[in-house]
Amino acid sequence: MSYKLLRRVFSSSSYNKRPQICIVGAGPAGFYAAMHLIKKLENVNIDILEKLPVPFGLIRYGVAPDHPEVKNVINQFTKVAQTPSVNFYGNITLGKDVNLQQLREHYDAVLLTYGAEEDKTLGIENEDATNVIAARNFVGWYNGLPCDKDLKIDLSCKTAAILGQGNVALDVARILLTPIDDLKKTDITEHALSALSESKIKEVYLVGRRGPLQVAFTIKELREQLKLKNCRTIWKENDLADVDKVVPDLPRPRKRLTELMLKSFNEKQTMSDDGNIKYFKPVFFRSPNKFLIDDKKQLTGIELICNKLVGEKCVPTEEKEILNCELAFRSIGYKSVQADKDLILNDGYVRNDKGIVEDASSNLAKVYAAGWLGTGPVGVILHTMGNAFQVAKLMHENLNNIDDKNKGGFEEIKKIINKSNSNVIDWNGWEKIDNYEKEQGKIVGKPREKICSVEKMIEIAKK
Amino acid sequence: MLRNFVKSLSARNLRCSIKNNGVSQSFISRRFIAPLSTTEPALKAEKVKVTFIFHDGKRMETQANVGDSLLDVVVNNELNIEGYGACEGTLTCSTCHVVLKPEDYNKLPDEACDEERDMLDLAYGLTDTSRLGCQIILTKDMDGLEIQIPETINDARV
Ligand SMILES: Cc1cc2nc3c(=O)[nH]c(=O)nc-3n(C[C@H](O)[C@H](O)[C@H](O)COP(=O)(O)OP(=O)(O)OC[C@H]3O[C@@H](n4cnc5c(N)ncnc54)[C@H](O)[C@@H]3O)c2cc1C
Ligand code: FES
Repeated sequence: MSYKLLRRVFSSSSYNKRPQICIVGAGPAGFYAAMHLIKKLENVNIDILEKLPVPFGLIRYGVAPDHPEVKNVINQFTKVAQTPSVNFYGNITLGKDVNLQQLREHYDAVLLTYGAEEDKTLGIENEDATNVIAARNFVGWYNGLPCDKDLKIDLSCKTAAILGQGNVALDVARILLTPIDDLKKTDITEHALSALSESKIKEVYLVGRRGPLQVAFTIKELREQLKLKNCRTIWKENDLADVDKVVPDLPRPRKRLTELMLKSFNEKQTMSDDGNIKYFKPVFFRSPNKFLIDDKKQLTGIELICNKLVGEKCVPTEEKEILNCELAFRSIGYKSVQADKDLILNDGYVRNDKGIVEDASSNLAKVYAAGWLGTGPVGVILHTMGNAFQVAKLMHENLNNIDDKNKGGFEEIKKIINKSNSNVIDWNGWEKIDNYEKEQGKIVGKPREKICSVEKMIEIAKK
Repeated sequence: MLRNFVKSLSARNLRCSIKNNGVSQSFISRRFIAPLSTTEPALKAEKVKVTFIFHDGKRMETQANVGDSLLDVVVNNELNIEGYGACEGTLTCSTCHVVLKPEDYNKLPDEACDEERDMLDLAYGLTDTSRLGCQIILTKDMDGLEIQIPETINDARV
């Protein structure tokens, strides 16, 4: 009997021969990839490892509380997680509890979908001033992300400025401008609700480096903002000049978005201000140059450089402007962190070729990257889905070429993890957390009241 | 069982006629009440033939209830189209993108509303005869409808 055959006979008693797949990160990319793989492979075992005790990534911690419909996708992910060949293991961090090399030794393929959680900074003077806040932390704060629950934010001022013009910038604006009674019915965290109910914010600027034709937000989010109750949108007169001339030649999505801006710009605003009206003020062609502060390092304003369009390009001019505000959000994008020393990051995402993370140690399992980690932090869930399917398809094709499927999978990983962490949370544990949150929500008339501490989550899951 | 029922209710509540807008949705609609009424079975029994054509050329024929949306048809017949209907018909995902033949497209009783067009603008492979499946309600004269399901796989970076 050859050695290989012997090993197979031997190992089939302890390990089964299903391909063992490890997915790191239980956000949409991870779940969509699993969805594709269980459809294509009848006999497979998929372990989804997640840093937090709870699943769903940015669906839970990014998508705004007033967008519960978007979160319906959780039902599809739950079905995936409940498939016998899929396991969820929460409270396991790649790079802390286990490293990539270990995963590659014990699995047939490793897919990294751990997202892009760090926000990009502007790198300008006084960025560390009080009340200059990363939009991502603000989002984490109102959505109950444990590491953001103690965010310090002062909402007692009149004017806030958001730097950036993407969908997250609009989420932040909308949460600041929405009547508090509407937020009360959502799963927004209690600490955010109580702070927002005391908010004195009257006007919110949305500052973009480029022009109205380059905005990154999508039309649905803009339409929602324009329709917001008790809120008036004020465009700057010159910002939209001449835009109407190019509209006919734009591709459909950009065309409709620009037409909506123009329509709002041309509308006579009839809302009379009885003191309850708030203002949404988009501003274009302005780059932040420095934050202005008082002697207590409290934000007082932002110095902006005025830009102009030269052809397609936006270039700075000599002109500067001061925007007085006591609260500012930075919302200019994200980057992925280097969770493991074996990973090479380029431009904020893991270096990969169509999802395959290249490296030299070919005797170990192949590594793949999907979702925001692989594509960079762009696009909505739909785009993440398309990319995850594509990478999963490639994984499936490559798995067919591995004939020696004798990896130990989580049995082996557990031995490594147990040394440092005995609180792995499985799907059953998440269901307990889920039920608990829904029960707590019922008491206050919300769909759920999120638990914002990891310890408390573990306590409930382990009950 | 109950959960499914509740789910299908919320899915049905957001046709274009009820302009959805964040938290202020109305949860009362004609379609919500209809299935509970006793006079309904006669109407329910009416079926039309619809054919789904996948991007790889595969065809799937099915008998569908008049009054159901194309999303209902996909869900009720367990067509297992990957990722289809993520937001359960609430006009917030566009995973239910379908492409119709021009003659079928032109025959539809309602045009796409702004909110549907907004979502369509994000879809891959948008065409002039694209619609969202959760917004198309089958009527008797749609018998023989052919529905193309475009490919969802695309590289977000290009
Ligand atoms: C604020 C915000 C709002 C958004 N709103 C919408 C919206 O309304 N509609 C829409 O379509 N799209 C929205 N998006 C985009 C959408 O969230 C993304 O397309 C999608 O979540 C990307 O999925 P992902 O799986 O790549 O990353 P993520 O969702 O970030 O998932 C990554 C997962 O990996 C885990 N993880 C991180 N590090 C580790 C580690 N070291 N070990 C193990 N696990 C780890 C994280 O905890 C997380 O669960 C929003 C994005 C943001 C930032
Ligand atoms: S199911 Fe989400 S838009 Fe149709």
